Amino acid sequence: MKYARLVWVNLIRNKRRTILTTLSVATALFLFVALRSVNTTLEEARHVGSESRMVVRNAISVVFTLPEAYYSWISTVPGVRRVTWGNWFHGIYQDPRDFFPSFAVDVDGYFAIYPEMVIPEDQEQAFRRERTAAMVGTGLMERFGWRLGQTIGLTSLIYSPEQAWPFTIRAVYTPLPGWTDEAFYFHYDYLYEMSDWVQPGWYVLELDDASLAATVAETIDEHYENSRYATRTETERAFQSGLVSMYGNVGLLMNAVGIAVFFAILMVAANAMMMAARERTGEVAVLKTLGFSDRLLFGLVLAEAATITAIGGVLGVIGAKLLFEGTNFQGAGLLPGFEVKLSTAIVGMAIAILLGLISGLVPAWQAARLPVAQTLRRVA
Amino acid sequence: MALLEIRSLSKVYQRDSQAIPVFENIDLDIDTGEFLVLMGPSGSGKTTLLNLIAGLDEPTTGAIIVGGEEVTAMSRRQLAAWRSDHVGFIFQLYNLLPVLTAYQNVELPLLLTHLSKKERREHVMTALDVVGLSDRADHFPRQLSGGQEQRVAIGRAIVSDPTLILADEPTGDLDAKSADEILTLMQRLNREFDKTILLVTHDQRAAERGEAIMHLDKGVLTR
Ligand SMILES: Nc1ncnc2c1ncn2[C@@H]1O[C@H](COP(=O)(O)OP(=O)(O)OP(=O)(O)O)[C@@H](O)[C@H]1O
Ligand SMILES: [Mg+2]
Repeated sequence: MKYARLVWVNLIRNKRRTILTTLSVATALFLFVALRSVNTTLEEARHVGSESRMVVRNAISVVFTLPEAYYSWISTVPGVRRVTWGNWFHGIYQDPRDFFPSFAVDVDGYFAIYPEMVIPEDQEQAFRRERTAAMVGTGLMERFGWRLGQTIGLTSLIYSPEQAWPFTIRAVYTPLPGWTDEAFYFHYDYLYEMSDWVQPGWYVLELDDASLAATVAETIDEHYENSRYATRTETERAFQSGLVSMYGNVGLLMNAVGIAVFFAILMVAANAMMMAARERTGEVAVLKTLGFSDRLLFGLVLAEAATITAIGGVLGVIGAKLLFEGTNFQGAGLLPGFEVKLSTAIVGMAIAILLGLISGLVPAWQAARLPVAQTLRRVA
Repeated sequence: MALLEIRSLSKVYQRDSQAIPVFENIDLDIDTGEFLVLMGPSGSGKTTLLNLIAGLDEPTTGAIIVGGEEVTAMSRRQLAAWRSDHVGFIFQLYNLLPVLTAYQNVELPLLLTHLSKKERREHVMTALDVVGLSDRADHFPRQLSGGQEQRVAIGRAIVSDPTLILADEPTGDLDAKSADEILTLMQRLNREFDKTILLVTHDQRAAERGEAIMHLDKGVLTR
């Protein structure tokens, strides 16, 4: 500990460089934490969907729809307890960049199948009664500053995009953990009435028993195999991961870019360490004449590098945690339950310290091996 | 009794394929408590000799024995510990750490010891007192004059109470008055504190402060 001051005064002797290096390490770690958290959250999202719920979608892609007539037949498949359906509305409120998920749903069947949304009884009734009623998550209410009973206009990117659709907010739901609080639901009937042509985007099934999933999927998909609208039936979990994988590919790209930036920043940090050490060879030589051992000087330089990266790491990791969790970030509703996991924070800190040790290794080695007599000659 | 014994010491630098002999087969004894001055033309090898005695450089052949210990046979690690205990080095350009205060600079050698913070404080204040800078303890080197900086450097050299003080042109960069103060201080260290001193200088007036003068010229040491 008595050497701490020596490490410290060296850190603050060139404040600007130390601050810039620390900030670059903090940025690298922030990036790391953000990217890793996107991945862990996506990973979690794969487990959000219930195993006893299945989704029937168009075999070609989720963006294609399915006939209304399928409802009655699917309902009769053994093992299927309930069926409901929904549509992707892609509604926009004022600014298209302010994305949130919006769905037209079969209101009667939907609540029964999705216990993840908690709604006060009176609000649920009010929502059911009115065709233009909407049900909105607490997070979205807050984001746009909406009030219960307020009428708002959404434009859809898919359905009559030239006009705004009026909706009255009749219910606000509170999600159970893992469910997004930023979704917007309204009556499928309203969509049907207002559109020239519309059919369900997908069907959601509730099974009697999760173990029936494979049989049910096979029965349905075989039945529609040669029809104009072939189906793909999968567990909700699989369906979710299909949805998020569109996002996931973006994640992969972000990861590639992120890693490149991350390493570039590491280089910057390592270079700064080397510069700092090189400027001080004379002082290292003097310390050696005082009796400082090679090993001690090696340790002091390493400690200096590790201190910078550890501080940078703490700033980056804590910064990311506070920023994401403080703002209740959930990737515009696509990443519900976005969370910086403790394991991510720990791995991040480990990387930061390791980075310090690696970037300090070369200058530390140089300090330890420094030939005193020659160095003093050069300095004097 | 001889504190320092130098036996058939040679130093040959190797530059590319060319051998540059500095001196060959030097022998020298320095007694405990002696104040010896080493003079010689530039490039004659005075700094080289001092570096060898301090174990900062390796001789080509020969041996250096200080207080019965053979310095030239020690490992780098042993040398560092030995220097910390036995040698105080004073440079022409003071070589203080600019980011540390006078107090902290003087304290540096004590960090290597087992002394407590309180004990270190006592030693540092004593050393600063000897060099007459107790009131400048919290000043940084840039806030001090050249003479004061050199006094801090002397404080640093004596704080761990070494047997041997090696000074390489300590007044070379100072005005006459400051140089005089430094030399008086060194004389005092020798007489009052019984330090063995080897002083390298170009200045005849400085040389007269010592008890004996040696000359190193063309590889030959004469006493
Ligand atoms: N690393 C080295 N490689 C080659 N030659 C060297 C090296 N170090 C010193 N020399 C040479 O050794 C000789 C002695 O140098 P040294 O510095 O010991 O002389 P000095 O007596 O201290 O000179 P000055 O009075 O100028 O300080 C010089 O000729 C110098 O050029
Ligand atoms: Mg010299």
